Amino acid sequence: MPFIATPQTMHFDEVLPLQSGASIRDYHLAFETYGTLNAQRSNAVLVCHALNASHHVAGVYAGQEKSEGWWDNMIGPGKPVDTDCFFVIGVNNLGSCFGSTGPMDTHPDTGEIYGADFPVVTVEDWVNAQARLLDRLGIAQLAAVLGGSLGGMQALSWTLQYPNRLRHAVVVASAPNLTAENIAFNEVARRAIVTDPDFHGGHFYRHGAIPKRGLRIARMIGHITYLSDDVMNEKFGRQLREGLELKYSTQEVEFQIESYLRYQGDKFSDYFDANTYLLITRALDYFDPARTYGGSLTQALARATAQFLLVSFTTDWRFSPKRSREIVKALLDNRRRVSYAEIDAPHGHDAFLLDDARYMGVIRSYFDSIAKELQP
Amino acid sequence: MTEKAAMQALAQLVPLGSRVLDLGCGDGAMLDYLQRERGCSGYGVEIDDVNVLACVRRGVDVIQLNLDEGLALFDDHTFDVVLQIDTLQHLRNAEVMLRETARVGRTGIVAFPNFAHWPNRLSVLRGRMPVTRRLPYQWYDTPNIRVGTYKDFEVLATKNRLRILESFGLQDGQAVRWLPNARAGTAVFHFKGAGG
Repeated sequence: MPFIATPQTMHFDEVLPLQSGASIRDYHLAFETYGTLNAQRSNAVLVCHALNASHHVAGVYAGQEKSEGWWDNMIGPGKPVDTDCFFVIGVNNLGSCFGSTGPMDTHPDTGEIYGADFPVVTVEDWVNAQARLLDRLGIAQLAAVLGGSLGGMQALSWTLQYPNRLRHAVVVASAPNLTAENIAFNEVARRAIVTDPDFHGGHFYRHGAIPKRGLRIARMIGHITYLSDDVMNEKFGRQLREGLELKYSTQEVEFQIESYLRYQGDKFSDYFDANTYLLITRALDYFDPARTYGGSLTQALARATAQFLLVSFTTDWRFSPKRSREIVKALLDNRRRVSYAEIDAPHGHDAFLLDDARYMGVIRSYFDSIAKELQP
Repeated sequence: MTEKAAMQALAQLVPLGSRVLDLGCGDGAMLDYLQRERGCSGYGVEIDDVNVLACVRRGVDVIQLNLDEGLALFDDHTFDVVLQIDTLQHLRNAEVMLRETARVGRTGIVAFPNFAHWPNRLSVLRGRMPVTRRLPYQWYDTPNIRVGTYKDFEVLATKNRLRILESFGLQDGQAVRWLPNARAGTAVFHFKGAGG
């Protein structure tokens, strides 16, 4: 029986200084909460989202079928992150297109839609914005911050920016920074968007246009990298969409995989904002906490005091186990408390959103042990 | 070798408050015991999913890793004690891991089934590989791919310039110091690396 989630909005008048030197003011954050904050205010868990997700982490919206949150299998009553025990907060990040202030909103200085003028935001900026939301909610310290992929980067950044404001960090299918190959995939996606004639330098709203072609291709390439070769073969193989005969056409959709990618691309281009895609992939590219420490992740993580759980998936080649092990090593070098599970799942990067008994079991057990610490 | 008495006998070798790395930590029972009873801290290393889950469940920090891939995650002499309890016999690179144990830890403690225990010798004399409570597997399905004796380990330790601080046999949870190679089902070695 799914529970009903209710989105909320918090408005912030005060200026948020950004890492770039720019700032943003008069903004709002969309968020949802599940469960009840206990009297000691010690059971709050922040969930950070990845590229195309939002504050709608769990539950369904009233009267809307199939509106489950993106991590509904993970979070909820009786789920691995049990909302009967924890007060879970999902926040939509600045620059996103699902309710928080983003490129589709109006710039308070100009009265125009931000579009391409929306300031570049970083993982660190998002964490600062999340911390302000927690201030408003009266939460001084989180029991845990949990995130996968780009969300895991935010969880990691929390331990560096606000080491005293969280006790646990759960970092799933993530990395301490992006590899060149990973930045390269992002760049292909961005070029697809930027070179779409409907993009208009990012001010397409004024022209009543949407760069859907670019968004579609961006999503297609993203999707390829989220899956493993094996899963793609198993799911689609060389199957043709209809019949057994080749059409000897260069432009028709023939293979099932083509049809699948086009479908995913179409769906995505209907709801995702092109400028948001550029902003979020840039935030991914920029994240690199070791950068200010001469590339030493060990030195960078010396600030972190949280206990960590890291999880990676063996077939994830976009955020490979090797990258998670780099974080583990840096934590070990600093003698921090850390557990690491490497799940032998076939689904590639997508595995972090899917059900796998071992994965779910480890997260559940870890949160059970956090819950035990909450007992007075 | 999960019996409580054996675990306690091995735990006695670990100084109070030590920083411990437990290679092949199983369900984390030993580390849990060392943390609770001897004020130790540290990590377990495990390859098996079920064991990793058991460790997380009991609050023992565990790193999921195949020991045959080495210990590159761990710096030199970062642990007071590195444990290899019933681990060595499963490793393809048992000798490398022994050296790694001496590199990562200031001391190492290794325990493994002693194939020269007299019931095993009798069995081999009768022409059959031993199947006992300690070695419950048939020769064709045993996970114990390294079959060695108490005496064999002494030779391997010398070859790798390990300094043996203490060694004994374990049988029914009791230390066996007289003729351990014949009288004990488990061999126990507490050692230091050449550089440590």
